[in-house]
Amino acid sequence: MIGTGISVNSITARRRHPLARLAVVALALGLLGGVYAAAAPSDSTADAAVASGKADDVAEGKSLFVAHCASCHGLNAEGTSMGPTLVGVGAAAVDFQVSSGRMPAADPSSQAPRKPLGEWVTPEAVRQLAAYVQSLGGGPTVPTADMVDPAKGDAAKGGELFRANCIQCHNFVGAGGGLTYGKYAPNLNPATPEQIYEAMVTGPQAMPVFNDSIITPEQKRDMIAYIVGVREQVDPGGFGLGRIGPVSEGLVAWIAGISFMSLTAIWITAKKRKRTSK
Amino acid sequence: MNETPKPIAGTATYLDDRLGAGSFLKRNLRKVFPDHWSFLLGEIALYSFIILLLTGTFLTFWFKPSMQHVIYDGSYQPLVGVGMSEAYASTLHISFEVRGGLLIRQIHHWAALLFVAGMTVHMLRVFFTGAYRKPRELNWIIGVLLLTLALAEGLTGYSLPDDLLSGAGLRITEGVAISLPIVGTYITFFLFGGEYPGEDVISRFYSLHILLIPGILLALISAHMVLMWVQKHTQMPGPGRTEHNVVGAPFYPAFMAKAGAYFLFTFAAVAGLGTFAQINPIWLFGPYTPADISAGSQPDWYMGFLEGALRLMPSWEINFLDHTVPLSVLIPALVPMGIIMTGLAVYPFAEQWITGDRREHHLVDRPRNAPVRTSIGMAGVTFYGILWLLGANDWISAYFHIGLYETTIIGRFAIFLGPALAYWITYRICIGLQRKDQDILSHGVESGVIKRLPHGEYIEVHTPLAEDLADHVRGKKEIPIVDGDEDKDGIPPKGVRNPIGKLRAKASKFYGTDHVPLDGHGHNGHGNGHGDGHGDDHAAVGAGDKPRELH
Repeated sequence: MIGTGISVNSITARRRHPLARLAVVALALGLLGGVYAAAAPSDSTADAAVASGKADDVAEGKSLFVAHCASCHGLNAEGTSMGPTLVGVGAAAVDFQVSSGRMPAADPSSQAPRKPLGEWVTPEAVRQLAAYVQSLGGGPTVPTADMVDPAKGDAAKGGELFRANCIQCHNFVGAGGGLTYGKYAPNLNPATPEQIYEAMVTGPQAMPVFNDSIITPEQKRDMIAYIVGVREQVDPGGFGLGRIGPVSEGLVAWIAGISFMSLTAIWITAKKRKRTSK
Repeated sequence: MNETPKPIAGTATYLDDRLGAGSFLKRNLRKVFPDHWSFLLGEIALYSFIILLLTGTFLTFWFKPSMQHVIYDGSYQPLVGVGMSEAYASTLHISFEVRGGLLIRQIHHWAALLFVAGMTVHMLRVFFTGAYRKPRELNWIIGVLLLTLALAEGLTGYSLPDDLLSGAGLRITEGVAISLPIVGTYITFFLFGGEYPGEDVISRFYSLHILLIPGILLALISAHMVLMWVQKHTQMPGPGRTEHNVVGAPFYPAFMAKAGAYFLFTFAAVAGLGTFAQINPIWLFGPYTPADISAGSQPDWYMGFLEGALRLMPSWEINFLDHTVPLSVLIPALVPMGIIMTGLAVYPFAEQWITGDRREHHLVDRPRNAPVRTSIGMAGVTFYGILWLLGANDWISAYFHIGLYETTIIGRFAIFLGPALAYWITYRICIGLQRKDQDILSHGVESGVIKRLPHGEYIEVHTPLAEDLADHVRGKKEIPIVDGDEDKDGIPPKGVRNPIGKLRAKASKFYGTDHVPLDGHGHNGHGNGHGDGHGDDHAAVGAGDKPRELH
């Protein structure tokens, strides 16, 4: 499992940032399969801890911050030329960036990609880090499990909001898409309901902020219900072909359709009656 | 041996006396069709069209071409309660509630993609083999019309479900119409029955899509087939094949069996795709709202080159007397399509004018033997291909991590440099292949047998090319050249004295000059190693063929 983690991770890193390979391999060495499994169930306790703002969480968070974040964001999160200030970004931003592996960034480029989590990134550590950043200047907090429960949202209403606000960049089914200057809208399939919510309230990277006065928390839950529902849907028409529309359909029509028809044409014409030579 | 049973003989005679079917069939059932796999490619389009007519009829039973606003209350949960047009709702109904509806919808759509793709490969075959030459120019024009109409048929077809993706295409259609100088607004209001999107366009497209365009398509396809039947199919050069015969299998039974089998293969292809590959999942796109647009909105493949042209175009516009001429929309909408379709339509006539070739051609060219035509064709394919590719530049950017703007900038250069490069490369390949033909004809093919001669020299025995293949290669015909040479008094012949005539003579020489005559060895600095006593053994190993210069 660890071996697999190394190869996948190093491929991704090499493709994007050849110089950062060593750093990412080091992160991957610490990757354990149980990290993902452990992340989900403990979220509610993390939320509670952040909300109550336990002082020891803040202290622990500060030491984590100094170890993993301060080189770019500054020792007191005041920001440097390498990274912006984190005063006021809130716990939601920390939870989104760190739990999706985007932060700590492998290198400061146009956009930090989602990547496997480092060994130290436990739900506990994320909660402590979030508590520390929250203590600096407030900001959006991590949503409760109830706020992001897809079962409690209205998918049809969420779909309308999703089409009006998200698909310009993320595509009708959240398959993602290209943006300018090396940025891109990521595929929404790996995002947890919490991360989708946090992305809307914090506006990470190229994404705009959709705060509660633009889209209410209930509407956000509706959208999460739609996104999660559609991505779990079994395509009724067969293979979804990446669900990116006519581009992959056209490729299939030519590569599968016309190739097949050419081969059968060759096969049919090859069947000849014996002919006497002239 | 046996007598025909009386009921059959009687009926046959009755019909024969009244319809004259017997002699007609006797004449036509034995009609000979030449055999080459590429001659079947057009049938992909023909059979797809038949499948389109049948599946399309099925879809009309449930489709409601209405833009009446309804609230969805069907079985697809994520859209329940959402406002949409009746057209969209009825397409959802076909997809999720009509038995077999989704399958037929998908077969219809896949068949449409294959219909245009089949036309395209058929057209490329006809172009590159010169099968459009006299007497088939008019049938070629019919073909160009069919292709153009197929694009219109496709656009009106995929717009019908009134989903968010096709709505983007409709919006571009409106943008093109309204960008036409002077008449733009009138045309747009006429087409949409008022402000975009209005409430009329779907029902109007419906009439066009199921009645008018398929009617014209059917008529033109029939004319295309009848002309092909009457003029006889072209054939590849080969043993016993001349300009005055057709070598192949009779329509009945051999060709009919093959054509029937090919229909079944076409059906298998579209039915297989319709079963296993999801196409146009309109429930994922959502109903059309003019305010919404999705990333990665592309049209079906055959419109992709127009999409690419639009994406490639700089934002030029002319402002004149408070009127705007948006070149950024007009040029990509009209120019590439104009170049491609007009170019195709006039090509046979332009070629005839340049070469002065008024002969009938029933034997086709191998592409290498008409290098200028083949190179022009490949330049056209490259032009189309680059536009087509850039229609998907956002996916290229997202999947291959290339900046979006970089794809556009590279495309703006590639659209001019690519065709030129393709022309040059193709030309070199054609000349190279001609040389190979010449080589094989004069030296034969390597047999793999190494022989030691009495004086110690080793040679590889070359055997002459098999006779049918040699006939195929020898089928090369010289391209005529308009005589533009001055006579002994320095006066050029009539017709090439004016500038246009001079240009024609020049173009003709360029187009028709045969750089590598088939039996041309000996007069191009080549031929050592021959006639020095090897007899039938042909070329000696290392006979020192010097590279020949192109003159």
